[in-house]
Amino acid sequence: MSDYNFAYLDEQTKRMIRRAILKGLAIPGYQVPFASREMPMPYGWGTGGVQVSAAILTPDDTFKVIDQGADDTTNAVSIRRFFQKTAGVAVTEATTEASVIQTRHRIPEQDLRDDQILVYQVPIPEPLRFLEPSEVETRKMHSLEEYGLMHVKLYEDISQHGDIATAYAYPVKVEGRYVMDPSPIPKFDNPKLEMAGIQLFGAGREQRIYAIPPYTQVVSLDFDDYPFQPTKADHACDLCGAEDSYLDELIVDDAGGRMFMCSDTDYCTSRRKNGHVGAQGVPFKEDAA
Amino acid sequence: MTPLLQVENIAKFYGARIGCTDVSFDLYPGEVMGIVGESGSGKSTLLNCLAGHLTPDQGAVRFDTRAEGLRDTITMSEPERRMLSRTDWAFVHQHARDGLRMNVSAGGNVGERLMAVNARHYGDIRAEAIDWLGRVEITEDRIDDRPTAFSGGMQQRLQIARNLVTGPRLVFMDEPTGGLDVSVQARLLDLLRGLVREMNLSAIIVTHDLAVVRLLADRLMVMKDGHVIESGLTDQVLDDPQHAYTQLLVSSVLQV
Ligand SMILES: Nc1ncnc2c1ncn2[C@@H]1O[C@H](COP(=O)(O)OP(=O)(O)OP(=O)(O)O)[C@@H](O)[C@H]1O
Ligand SMILES: [Mg+2]
Ligand SMILES: [Zn+2]
Repeated sequence: MSDYNFAYLDEQTKRMIRRAILKGLAIPGYQVPFASREMPMPYGWGTGGVQVSAAILTPDDTFKVIDQGADDTTNAVSIRRFFQKTAGVAVTEATTEASVIQTRHRIPEQDLRDDQILVYQVPIPEPLRFLEPSEVETRKMHSLEEYGLMHVKLYEDISQHGDIATAYAYPVKVEGRYVMDPSPIPKFDNPKLEMAGIQLFGAGREQRIYAIPPYTQVVSLDFDDYPFQPTKADHACDLCGAEDSYLDELIVDDAGGRMFMCSDTDYCTSRRKNGHVGAQGVPFKEDAA
Repeated sequence: MTPLLQVENIAKFYGARIGCTDVSFDLYPGEVMGIVGESGSGKSTLLNCLAGHLTPDQGAVRFDTRAEGLRDTITMSEPERRMLSRTDWAFVHQHARDGLRMNVSAGGNVGERLMAVNARHYGDIRAEAIDWLGRVEITEDRIDDRPTAFSGGMQQRLQIARNLVTGPRLVFMDEPTGGLDVSVQARLLDLLRGLVREMNLSAIIVTHDLAVVRLLADRLMVMKDGHVIESGLTDQVLDDPQHAYTQLLVSSVLQV
């Protein structure tokens, strides 16, 4: 641990990243360029999120990492260990106990408080990229608020699929100004983007940071006659019975048996601890966890 | 009457080479101006200066804006100019692929300008797209096809629909019938002539083809080596050319 500065990055780099974060918070939804550093993990493994976390963690923080809602995937575990080792921070799997949560592709079910920060790993920060490959042109479109193209994408969706088929990375307009990619969270999570906590987005390979300050207006783009709908599987969690959570569908046996369960593992476990039992679940026992 | 476009002493140089120079004219609402001349005479350079794609080295291009009357589009801010580009102006490129989004359906291509000015009702946008596809003789069942699946003539008609859908007040066209075979050209010309009349369009059309200006243009400018060497009413210039070069141009065409 003595080989590293606190949280791996040197202080000068952290200051540079913090300036980008502050600028991002001052201009909600605006993509701030920053000089992304080499991290001891490949791009695509959350280097953007890791750099943001490294820049904001303090020794008093309690850190949680989720990958698609789960704390126990290889990716989540390795990032959590990384900061345990380089920053010596406390870690947790409990959403309510964490002060900083780094996430890939989900927002926790539990509402965040105003003393919590959510850090997103972002693969492609530019929502206009799909239709306009030129970076010069997309930057101009943002600066001039020329967002017609975003609706062309939704138009194409409806004309091809009969409905807005975009299910992840569903574009939003932040505080009536910048159109933003919320990272590949399911659109079910979009309404939660209006929250009490601070949200920071880091794209390592693309060298961009952006942010949503607490209680900022975040509107999912849509058409008057095809309004935005935050859909999920029409089912309850088979483990904890929750009807309001985002579900993963699992094939559980060779006979094609299926099971729906909360993608947010902490949410599911907490509910089971509190005595909730789903259709295929068994009552929670400490040792079985 | 206020001109729709007032062009004053425009010059554009590429290093030491003249792109175009000394060009002045007024265009009035409902007028179609043709610009003819041989390859390299400066037609596209001039058109791009007028449409805000190139910044001229000299001169003024004043457009009769809805809000403030005549404004120099060269000195106005870029956001204002881009706003004109997607509302009051339209630009039809010679190569349809320069003016279309090839990875977006025909309906999306036509709808883009509507959405750019905040149309937010899918059903209305689609109905408008179907109407415009019909007006350029593309059947409704092609609305979800991409332009890559269209012939050259269809692509060009799609480009025209995409440009005219928001009812622009001034249309710039650079060789709109170039690169198409003759029978396709004739059909496109017919269509353009119908639209120009029906919508009372004001337009500036660059072309090599005197048949195009004969059919579409009220007035004509003849360019050579970056200069306008003759201008006037189309019929006058074509029937009674004054400049030796224009005489040559007209006679060579008439021989064809
Ligand atoms: N980007 C450029 N850089 C340098 N010179 C240029 C450029 N574009 C045009 N020119 C020159 O400017 C002159 C006018 O060219 P322009 O393209 O305007 O002619 P044109 O009348 O449109 O020709 P064509 O009928 O072939 O399209 C020519 O001498 C041309 O070589
Ligand atoms: Mg040309
Ligand atoms: Zn559950």
